[in-house]
Amino acid sequence: MTGFIGKRALASGISLIGLVILVFFLSRLTGDPTNLYLPLDASIEAREQFRELHGFNDPLIVQFGRYVLDLAQGDFGESLQQARPAMEVVLQAFGWTLRLAVITMTCVTVAAIVIGSLAAFKVGGIFDRIATFFSLVGASAPDFWLAIVAIVIFAVNLHWLPTSGTGTPWHWVLPVAVLFVRPFGLILQVVRGSMITTLSSAYVKTARAKGVRTRPIIFVHGLRNAMLPVITVIGDQAAAILNGAVVIETIFGFPGIGKLMIDSILLRDFSVVLASIMVSAVAIFIMNLLIDIAYAMLDPRIRY
Amino acid sequence: MTDHLLEVRDLSVEFHTAAGTVKAVQNVSWHLDRGETLAILGESGSGKSVSASAVMNLIDMPPGRITSGQILLNGRDMLAMTAEQRRRINGCKIAMIFQDPLAHLNPVYTVGWQIAEMVTTHGGTRDKAQARALELLRRVGIPEPEVAMRKYPHQFSGGQRQRLMIAMALACKPDILIADEPTTALDVTVQAQVLELLEELQAETGMGLLLITHDLGVVAEIADRVVVMNGGQIVETGNAAEVYRNPKHPYTHKLIDAAPGKGAMPAERDRTGQPLLRAEGLTKTYGAFQALKGVDLTIMPGETVAVVGESGSGKSTLARAILRLDDPDRGRILYRGNDLMAMAPRQLFGLRRDLQMVFQDPTQSLNPRMTVFQLISEAWVIHPEILPKGLWRDRVAELLVKVGLRPEMAARYPHQFSGGQRQRIAIARALAMEPKLIVCDEAVSALDVSIQAQVIELLDGLRREFGLSYLFIAHDLPVVRDFADRVVVMKSGEIVEEGPVRQIFDAARHPYTRALLSASLDPDPAVQAARRAARPLETA
Repeated sequence: MTGFIGKRALASGISLIGLVILVFFLSRLTGDPTNLYLPLDASIEAREQFRELHGFNDPLIVQFGRYVLDLAQGDFGESLQQARPAMEVVLQAFGWTLRLAVITMTCVTVAAIVIGSLAAFKVGGIFDRIATFFSLVGASAPDFWLAIVAIVIFAVNLHWLPTSGTGTPWHWVLPVAVLFVRPFGLILQVVRGSMITTLSSAYVKTARAKGVRTRPIIFVHGLRNAMLPVITVIGDQAAAILNGAVVIETIFGFPGIGKLMIDSILLRDFSVVLASIMVSAVAIFIMNLLIDIAYAMLDPRIRY
Repeated sequence: MTDHLLEVRDLSVEFHTAAGTVKAVQNVSWHLDRGETLAILGESGSGKSVSASAVMNLIDMPPGRITSGQILLNGRDMLAMTAEQRRRINGCKIAMIFQDPLAHLNPVYTVGWQIAEMVTTHGGTRDKAQARALELLRRVGIPEPEVAMRKYPHQFSGGQRQRLMIAMALACKPDILIADEPTTALDVTVQAQVLELLEELQAETGMGLLLITHDLGVVAEIADRVVVMNGGQIVETGNAAEVYRNPKHPYTHKLIDAAPGKGAMPAERDRTGQPLLRAEGLTKTYGAFQALKGVDLTIMPGETVAVVGESGSGKSTLARAILRLDDPDRGRILYRGNDLMAMAPRQLFGLRRDLQMVFQDPTQSLNPRMTVFQLISEAWVIHPEILPKGLWRDRVAELLVKVGLRPEMAARYPHQFSGGQRQRIAIARALAMEPKLIVCDEAVSALDVSIQAQVIELLDGLRREFGLSYLFIAHDLPVVRDFADRVVVMKSGEIVEEGPVRQIFDAARHPYTRALLSASLDPDPAVQAARRAARPLETA
């Protein structure tokens, strides 16, 4: 197992290096940030000084060498915009997104598994109808539209919930609810399909012949076997939120990593862009590792 | 009013499918007493498992529906009980074991947990359940029972898994054990051990044993009475030995006649001249596992060589190595004197049509999205020199007739055929290449006995007509006896004995061959009883 983790970490490290190189040069292609930070009437000297200060006058390859040297010492550079260490800015935003992702995915997973399993147990029953409805909604309703409609109804008209920002638990309700819909619909379908297969399996027949009660048949005998494909999709969806639910975070003014990334790209805040991408990449690596470990825990036939 | 332990009266079950209503069983009645073994004998589709499924409440409704009848357990009608009452009976009063123990054991829980669950489900404490599970593992002969408790089903062999199923079924000391084809997936020697275990346990506990099987040999070995089913109806019922000696119904007659292993064995062939195929020193390893350890084999033109052995003996690896589907690590394969191993891919491609294969499971070996015409004519797409396109349709029709199907079936898809018909299609496909050698890997194992007999007859006829050679991979000795000229017995990747069929069956020299022969079951209850009496008492 440790050998497996080590091997995976090595492979991910290599791709991370490639990613850093690629993003470093690509982001430099977007142009000079000087004009975005200094006022329109700033003097040529002031501009020169700004460039000199941040090293934008050096050849790209020299800038890159410097960046790598700094990285080696754990220095991810400064945010141009906030004049704070880039990693500090990124980790703060990532903390918000991580909480958003964990809350949303916990709700999604629990709801999808319970409703999906019950839907599979009685195809055509009430839970099955909920499953069908939500997967249709999840697949077809664009999240930005859902977000705006939700704000109009629950915040503007009914005054039940705040429109945007953070602060109280109530601020979390709308973003979580809107982010919930798509993964819920998708995972529900996967749970349902996987459970239908599992519940018609031979070992479930054995459990019935043993006289096992209905609930343990579904949630003990069936579910653990049905979880393997489900976990893959859960990981995938969680990664999507971790990577920045850009649209949702922007609409709800949520200070997460998605919003940060978009803002820093628009402002050519290169150090922050690079740091965000590295944090996301590491998060996804850990996510995948967790999925693999979950696989091995659920199914004794899988050993690394 | 009734003193039977379990009685099924006038049971009729139907299934509603897209194709209409299927009457699975009609007015079926049988009964089982304490300490007795009743066998329900039938081929696939005969409805032999349906009444047992009804007893266990395993019929999904819908699409299934019980249209008439009663199932009386100690005189009480189970069909009138609530679902909860039925659940309490399952496992506790009536337990069931199935054909494929690997599929029927939950792969993600330890076997100790699964056996213990039977006890806890029916109200036992966890400690009691654990103790009972351990005791049972010991009783059914699982080595190192304490360790085995924490192992998972995939870590056991096929025979051990069936022992685990039996242990689980007996956990609550049921009055009745239903065994649905319990030994069909097992090797002959393992089958003999499992049947023996069942007999012993029955003697110990006095339970009634209901055995569902397609195998006359199993009936002969273990059953007191037999119910013969065909087309959802009981055609005959009675004492097992009596039914075998004096079958009253024509279907029973047919079934007994179809049982292989009674015909005349072919005479020894002249084996001089150039062999069609000769393999020398084939070895093949998978990781640390040596599947073939230097195997030599010769097949003469027009000869049928059977390779028999139990699972893991390397017989299928040998077949695949000879066709270079899996290249052997070392050795030579001479086809008419040319070494296949030394051939360039292009040369080998030309020879491929001479060497064809028919697989065990025609459901998997026929592409479900291709029509029969496409399946058979694909041979000529790959090797266009065999037949110009204008003649394809006629030739497909001709081949279909040759294998006992009708020309108009060419437009159908594989799922529209029965298992036996599908295997005929697979044979027609192999014939389309006009091969010299057909490798049959367990080609008749999945088929019902009566169908099996027909397919063997077909292969035999084709051999005479086209001078074909067969390499016939099988685990079923009686089939081999009827069909092969020469028998090669394999064990653990090696050939332990080889010779003409008469020599192997009448004067086997190697102890393993003799063990295989004595473990294979004879359909005649009298023969089996004599063998049982002659068996050493080591296990008792």
